[in-house]
Amino acid sequence: MPGVSAAGNIDVSIEHKKSDPSERDGGGGHPNTCPRCGSHYRDDELAEHLRVCPHCGHHFPVKAHERVAQLADPGTFEEEDGDLRSADPLEFFDLKPYVERLAEAELGTGLGDAILTGRTAIEGHPCRIAAMDFSFMGGSMGSVVGERFARACERAAEDAGALISVSASGGARMQEGILALMQLPKTVGAVGELQDAGGVLLSVLAHPTTGGVTASFASLGDVTLAEPGALTSFAGPRVVAQTTREKLPDDFGLAESNFRFGHVDAVVPRAELRATLSRLLRLFGASR
Amino acid sequence: MSQEAELGLRDRLAQLSGVKLLRGTKLSAELERLQRQLERLRQDTTDEEIWRSVELARHEKRPYTLDYVERMLDDWFELHGDRARMDDHAVVAGIGSLGGRTIALVGHQKGRDLKERATRNFGMAYPEGYRKAMRTMELAGRHGFPLVTLVDTPGAYPGIAAEQHGQGGAIARSQAAMLRLEVPTVAVVIGEGGSGGAIAIAVADRVLMQEHAIYSVISPEGCASILWRDAAQAKKAASAFKPDAAHCLELGVIDGIVPEPEGGAQIDHDAAAVLLREALVAHLDELAAVAADELRRRRRAKFRAMGVLAHV
Repeated sequence: MPGVSAAGNIDVSIEHKKSDPSERDGGGGHPNTCPRCGSHYRDDELAEHLRVCPHCGHHFPVKAHERVAQLADPGTFEEEDGDLRSADPLEFFDLKPYVERLAEAELGTGLGDAILTGRTAIEGHPCRIAAMDFSFMGGSMGSVVGERFARACERAAEDAGALISVSASGGARMQEGILALMQLPKTVGAVGELQDAGGVLLSVLAHPTTGGVTASFASLGDVTLAEPGALTSFAGPRVVAQTTREKLPDDFGLAESNFRFGHVDAVVPRAELRATLSRLLRLFGASR
Repeated sequence: MSQEAELGLRDRLAQLSGVKLLRGTKLSAELERLQRQLERLRQDTTDEEIWRSVELARHEKRPYTLDYVERMLDDWFELHGDRARMDDHAVVAGIGSLGGRTIALVGHQKGRDLKERATRNFGMAYPEGYRKAMRTMELAGRHGFPLVTLVDTPGAYPGIAAEQHGQGGAIARSQAAMLRLEVPTVAVVIGEGGSGGAIAIAVADRVLMQEHAIYSVISPEGCASILWRDAAQAKKAASAFKPDAAHCLELGVIDGIVPEPEGGAQIDHDAAAVLLREALVAHLDELAAVAADELRRRRRAKFRAMGVLAHV
């Protein structure tokens, strides 16, 4: 029963006794091997199925450009603010310098930072899109992610249009220190300006959406959708397990659990995402 | 302060440390106070000093929100509960009188002894705590009360129920609520400004830090265990991400530093409260002269400009 425990905490609503969900993607197998059922695919096979396992339905991660290609009408996407790059205000150095990590990430992903933004159209409805890429430094949000997202909101607001955000992020980017934390109010404010202008934010939570992104724009959609099996929590399962020393529910933080607890409007399989967004764009009349 | 003076100051701040000019960020505090604080910055903060702030910010005898409330406010009336589910004791909220003016106040609250620490959950709020905060913000907005927030948390509580009750969404909405307010708002980090749990109540017209407070995106231990894979490297992590007040001021994230008694606030709670009260009254007096919609516009512009960018 939910309630105040002996320790005076407010914890423990539902207890399950299964495996730690933090382990579910563990093992570091081949990126085209399904972590759930073990099926293995050629890259073109997976791409053809929108990176969803045809056997068991597991949703593989999708990179930003591929995400846009899955959702947008062919040939309509034009990137904006692609010239923005991270600076290194703290001259941050952990095991290697931040500037080196940035350069490696850009080489590895072909992206200037962990979010790709631009104008596009979905089934004929013009809109803006902001797609995050987990493979760029864990999709972490620093000044550039915040800035690109905020500008996408402002551009969408100009014609009271729509912004579709597809988030995939481990949270704020530690290497930018307190300035990374400041991207939370920056993006929250930008969503506010968009919504005040009559625009709409459709927020799609992909695996994983955690930390600072969950605690800012990703949670503020006029409509919030999540992909099946996506971890969408503020604190990750490892941190929660370590802090509370409690057994986590087997669906801890997952889209389905968040749907049950009322934080998500719908869990939408990837094959239906484009059509669902198109319907919402039509309903909000944001396609004028 | 004129735009030129602001830009000049910004230039000087940037030169002092070689930090790149922050694009368009405006300093909202007045020139004179910042100039005094520039003197402090000139002696570059050492790694030892940064770590000393981490230790003092967490000192077990450091004054907490209610210690300041009882010393600064007259006629304090505490509000309880989020009107939906429960009363989270890690966040206190209420109304009281500061220098003859009714204000609303929200703050994280840590516990002094073992029992109170458990009750207060070490100042780590559940979503219910942030909903209590939002309810108080809305009340302030409705009645035209200035809002003061005191930030002192290691972070929002990372628990099972906290997630189930929507921790991330509560933090996001609390920031949105602060950006909507049309009353003067002042946030002061009085101890630990721990990440999302802190920013949830720190989106204010003026954001101040006490001299030995820290404000950071992650705890030094958390950062060390992720980036160095060793929590014992916390000191190294703190030197790397610089959570101390001087560096936060330099980065344009805060608007001013509130001095503490010699040796730290824990040595003399009364003296610390006098200094904090002076700062609050001064900032609220300044903000009282600004029109409501202009306050909101400036607040939004300030946070919109946060960050440092490069171009290719």
